[in-house]
Amino acid sequence: MEQFIAQLINGLNLGSIYALVAIGYTMVYGIIRLINFAHGEIMMFGAYFAFYIVFLFPFELPFIVVLLISMILAALMGILIEKIAYKRLRKAPRISALITAIGMSLFLQNLALLVFGAEPKVMPVLISKEPISILGIDVPTITVVTISLSIIFMVLLTVFIRQTKPGKSMRAVSQDKEAAMLMGINVNSVISLTFAIGSALGALGGVFYSVAFSQVYPNLGVMPGLKAFVAAVVGGIGSIGGAMVGGYTIGLVETMTKAYISSMWSDAIVFGILIIVLLFKPSGLLGKNEKEKV
Amino acid sequence: MKKMFLVLATMLFVFTLTACGDSEDTLRLGTIGPYTGDYSLYGTSTRDGAQLAVNEINAAGGVLGMDVELFAYDSKGDSVEGVNAYNRLRDVDEVHAVIGGTFSGVTLAIKEIAIEDGMPLFSPTATNADVTLDAYNVFRACYKDDFQGEMAAKFAGEDLGLTKAAVIYNREDAYSEGLATAFIAAWEAYGVVVAEEAYGASDKDYNAILDNVKATDAEIIFLPGYVAEVGAILTQASGKGIEVPFIGGDGWDSIEEDYADVAEGNYFGNHYAKTDSAAVVQDFIAAYTAEYGEAPNALSALAYDAVYAAVEAFEASGSTDADDFIAALSALEFDGVTGHISFDGNGDPIKEISIIQVEDGEHKFIKKLSND
Repeated sequence: MEQFIAQLINGLNLGSIYALVAIGYTMVYGIIRLINFAHGEIMMFGAYFAFYIVFLFPFELPFIVVLLISMILAALMGILIEKIAYKRLRKAPRISALITAIGMSLFLQNLALLVFGAEPKVMPVLISKEPISILGIDVPTITVVTISLSIIFMVLLTVFIRQTKPGKSMRAVSQDKEAAMLMGINVNSVISLTFAIGSALGALGGVFYSVAFSQVYPNLGVMPGLKAFVAAVVGGIGSIGGAMVGGYTIGLVETMTKAYISSMWSDAIVFGILIIVLLFKPSGLLGKNEKEKV
Repeated sequence: MKKMFLVLATMLFVFTLTACGDSEDTLRLGTIGPYTGDYSLYGTSTRDGAQLAVNEINAAGGVLGMDVELFAYDSKGDSVEGVNAYNRLRDVDEVHAVIGGTFSGVTLAIKEIAIEDGMPLFSPTATNADVTLDAYNVFRACYKDDFQGEMAAKFAGEDLGLTKAAVIYNREDAYSEGLATAFIAAWEAYGVVVAEEAYGASDKDYNAILDNVKATDAEIIFLPGYVAEVGAILTQASGKGIEVPFIGGDGWDSIEEDYADVAEGNYFGNHYAKTDSAAVVQDFIAAYTAEYGEAPNALSALAYDAVYAAVEAFEASGSTDADDFIAALSALEFDGVTGHISFDGNGDPIKEISIIQVEDGEHKFIKKLSND
């Protein structure tokens, strides 16, 4: 039983990271119907930002400050990527934008290789390595922080989307861009805001990932990015709640497979779930069934 | 000034002439390794170790009345390039023996040609089991992969007196899996393997397998892997409060550079211990550091030993004839930086492994182990 709870916590830890990254995929898709494949790379850059902030600052910063600075930097980066690469393609066929996103992803990976080098960097100790005891189980401090901060940020995001004016305009744009424009909503700034929030949460996931697993390297974003994308699709792409549900589902399934079946099967089962969900419920677990508008 | 230059140039010219003209004036050794590309570190440290030995031997008067000369060619880690380098060593430089290749792959590629040529091949670092198989002229200075697994089991079972072991290995890496298999087979003599967990090369999240291991009553965890993944696993293990010691193989070399705090108290087997107080070890480290400005790794030490052993065999045979040399090398008893070396029928060394414990971020030499 104790063993099962420990594995459950591992699953929640991984699931929180996937959920944070999946939210970025799903928000961008919701607003401009684009699968932003460069999102995994933003996650990777977020981790590098944290690494260099700690490395370059002469005095020790609290973990939360490191997190916030790298989230802000990643948000700026997200806005910039949209302005440079995606904005001109808003009216282009969707496939063009998708290919641009893949190109952006490869560009950012190679940029990281060039700037940071291929050698994995060892993440400095940002947070105590001493375990915290919960119900008699030793849990790493970073796991506790990851799970709780992720949940706090997800609650904040939900409140923001539901209760505030910018949140409302985001929902409006996602429902009908033209009508929202006619209602006087500045679509450009809503899109920028979406990219900023998505990228910041992606960077948060990236920092958690690199601290928990102790390394930063240029293709850090590839595999978790892909799994977060799967999580977003499983949950129903375009739905923020779906991204969270999908993230935790994928994280738990992956961990439980590793723990109780074999680590060899974990990826096969994760991607198998994607296929099954797409076969039986193509819009995802919480996705709305949308009719193609003509 | 100009005159001086002229004199120097003439001298240089004359020396070059003599080197080309009289081929029995020097003992010529060749070496092949990756000096450029992703794995260049392995090649250059091997070459530097060999060159250091050559310099020392020449300073001490050479061998059989001749100076030793080392010819090093780049294989780029590629078998075709390796064969080209070998052909050049044989035809152009007319070497008496080849100290190499550095990698198992390249060594295997030149092995068959070398058998036909009757060229002695003495690899410092090729660990693959096939390298020395069915080849009367091929030797190596390093031990094979499975030996490391057996010795780790022996140390944990006999010296630490433990009976319950867990094994965590990389199922996508032949080195890691080979060590794990050998450890598990050898552990039967000492106790039970209570957990056997594998991870993939791209895995970063080891939490699930670590919790599985933690739930057992393992007293030691065998973790054969390379520094990058070993460091990540040790970091995550310490976050979970796993206090059972880990033990690993030579892939742990320089673990203390980035992961000193999480590696503290753990053991690994290596070719030599930096803190071994034996004079030959300390002299080698001092000479290497003075020459190249950095501390030697295990590969440099193996290449250094290989050159000394080869030269000693030439001395013993009394000639530069290949067959005499092979006979002398087979019978050689040699003491070097990486321990006492003698060869079995295959040309594999019968030698000791140094067990090292990480203590205060330094290597602490525990003891030497061998198969007897």
